[in-house]
Amino acid sequence: MPMHIGEKEFTKRVDKGLEDDFMRGAVRSAQGRLQTNRANAADELGDWEEWRSLGQEIRQHTMENLDFYLQQLSDKIAELGGHVYFAETADDANNYVSEVIANKNAKKIAKSKSMVTEEIALNDILEENGCEVVETDLGEYILQIDDHDPPSHIVAPALHKNKEQIRDVFKEKLGYTKTEKPEELTLFAREKLRKEFLEADVGITGCNFAIAESGSFALVTNEGNARMVSTLPKTQITVMGMERIVPTWEELDVLVSLLTRAAVGQKLTSYVTALTGPKIEGEVDGPEEFHLVIVDNGRSKILGTEFQEALHCIRCAACINVCPVYRHVGGHAYGSIYPGPIGAVLTPLLGGYDDYKELPYASTLCGACTEVCPVKIPLHEQLVKHRRNIVEEEEKSDLAERLAMQGFSIVAGSGNLYKLATRMAPLLVTPFVKDGSISKGPGPVKPWTDIREFPVPQKQRFRDWFKNREKGGSERAKRGN
Amino acid sequence: MPKGEIKNRDKFLNNIATNLGRERRTLGVARPRWKNQVQWNVLSNHTEDQLVDVLEKQCKSIHTDLVRTDQENLAQTLLGVIQGYGGKSVMTWDDPRFTTYHLINPFESWKESQNIAVHQWDVENGEESIRIAEQADVGITFSDITLAESGTVVLFSDKGKGRSVSLLPATYIAIVPKSTLVPRMSQATREIHQRVEAGERVASCVNFITGPSNSADIEMNLVVGVHGPIKATYIVVEDR
Repeated sequence: MPMHIGEKEFTKRVDKGLEDDFMRGAVRSAQGRLQTNRANAADELGDWEEWRSLGQEIRQHTMENLDFYLQQLSDKIAELGGHVYFAETADDANNYVSEVIANKNAKKIAKSKSMVTEEIALNDILEENGCEVVETDLGEYILQIDDHDPPSHIVAPALHKNKEQIRDVFKEKLGYTKTEKPEELTLFAREKLRKEFLEADVGITGCNFAIAESGSFALVTNEGNARMVSTLPKTQITVMGMERIVPTWEELDVLVSLLTRAAVGQKLTSYVTALTGPKIEGEVDGPEEFHLVIVDNGRSKILGTEFQEALHCIRCAACINVCPVYRHVGGHAYGSIYPGPIGAVLTPLLGGYDDYKELPYASTLCGACTEVCPVKIPLHEQLVKHRRNIVEEEEKSDLAERLAMQGFSIVAGSGNLYKLATRMAPLLVTPFVKDGSISKGPGPVKPWTDIREFPVPQKQRFRDWFKNREKGGSERAKRGN
Repeated sequence: MPKGEIKNRDKFLNNIATNLGRERRTLGVARPRWKNQVQWNVLSNHTEDQLVDVLEKQCKSIHTDLVRTDQENLAQTLLGVIQGYGGKSVMTWDDPRFTTYHLINPFESWKESQNIAVHQWDVENGEESIRIAEQADVGITFSDITLAESGTVVLFSDKGKGRSVSLLPATYIAIVPKSTLVPRMSQATREIHQRVEAGERVASCVNFITGPSNSADIEMNLVVGVHGPIKATYIVVEDR
């Protein structure tokens, strides 16, 4: 599936989210747990602000010298006998991976979780080529089995589903016969997937952090599927977004320490697996052949702009876990595999304003995202920058909105017209008033009144009331009250 | 191994440099000295014994049992843990430390006395080793570096030190020589960084393992035991 998911229209996606009671319940409780865990882990570590500053400084330096570090990384991998392909576009990346797989005559591919391969829609291409692609992260596996339901969260992709729904999917698609207990569902997936790992011809992984100095890369996981995928198949392909790199192992420590705490409140995940080249001669397990695909796909356009810091993201989802908008509309409403505040910043950068101009407005600008970001990306400020750009590119706003805004600015700009309009308001809305409030409002009031009542404008204007009040006040003062 | 291929690099990296508004940098970029070095404050000044206490406490949060023993009682302790897991088939690394810690003879004797078959990772029979590990009840390795803060054993892969031993069996036991303890990940990554700077090749797989595998993908409920081991025990051994 490509970066875009769900209905084309933003408001329809939002409506769908708002109507999905189960999803909203699941998101509420998940956000609560994840927020608490993150805060506790940060407290326990101590000096959290200093850690964040350190993370920010490392990301800044790395981004400013990205060409150097990617060169160092690729040189080291080639020295060790691994292959590196630099892919400018999604197509370039998909074609290269397809080629490697065709050369190996591979049929079965085991994949561990990777957002960038979702972004470039790698699975679609491989399936078109006749390969069987098995997602092995439990959350991704559930979604894949459920007719490729899109992910709604970058760390917990199946967050929008409850255990009963998962039980029913397993029952319908895989003949599962047990209960909805997470333990039983998980054990079932373990048994199903173990076979797939052993049979896979090629393993495909994502990359949390590449390490330039030694040509290594690290996978940060809990389930062990990424270890399987990088241990058993003879060929391994790793796909990384070009910004996912650190200079040395020392910076890996800092960013992993921030990532695991910010994402799930763990000191470290069950597995941090750092892989360096293909297996060494004489070793039994590990891939004989290793390919790294480094993907641009629109990222380089962000470099050197006011949005460069968006590339500092380490995909922890802490911003998503605190966002009040995400809490209500859920991940699918963003129409992108990157939801939440970081998604609202990143998706328009990668996919353009034409398709994603609403996303920067899917925020209250409360700034909770910026406050929790472990590498201090000023997320809400970037959303404001997006809004400014969108407004400035006037042709992006539709005609009616422009006329309405122009009309308002004429009226509001003229004292007399404004007075007149506000005095007229109670009269103009009379046809819409029912039981003292407006429940089916016209034009710009409609989205509001679709979900709640709008109060009827007061007969007396605030300014008039205020004047009278002042008089009354001074009269009371005279009486000595 | 012959050198690998690099494709489409110059165009890609030149484009990055252009967007950054400067010439391409191919040489001479040095890491700055970071303003904060806050990672070194964590558990600084802890003695080895204090670090074991930290590790023990952390093991409770990561669903891992911790047992303390000395070299003399190691074999007996190990047997107890294996039996606790109902282990009949065991896979270990081919690692000289099993000899140093006098475990080879006990392993051999358990076949008769306990009906426990202990297999050793065998590079000469690779496929067979993977098959045995996949069927094994227990996998046993030593820890190369142990991180007290997070409760992590760090394993460097090598010929005799197959990745599968700590991954495929249903349960996992790490033997943790007390001298391998360090405060946190920072000490381990610094050591690897220094080896890289000295020109050493990094192990093809460095695993930082923190307890058994787990997942919270179903309603954020923690389930311990997914694709990797379902249970884990660390045996801390006094080694000096």
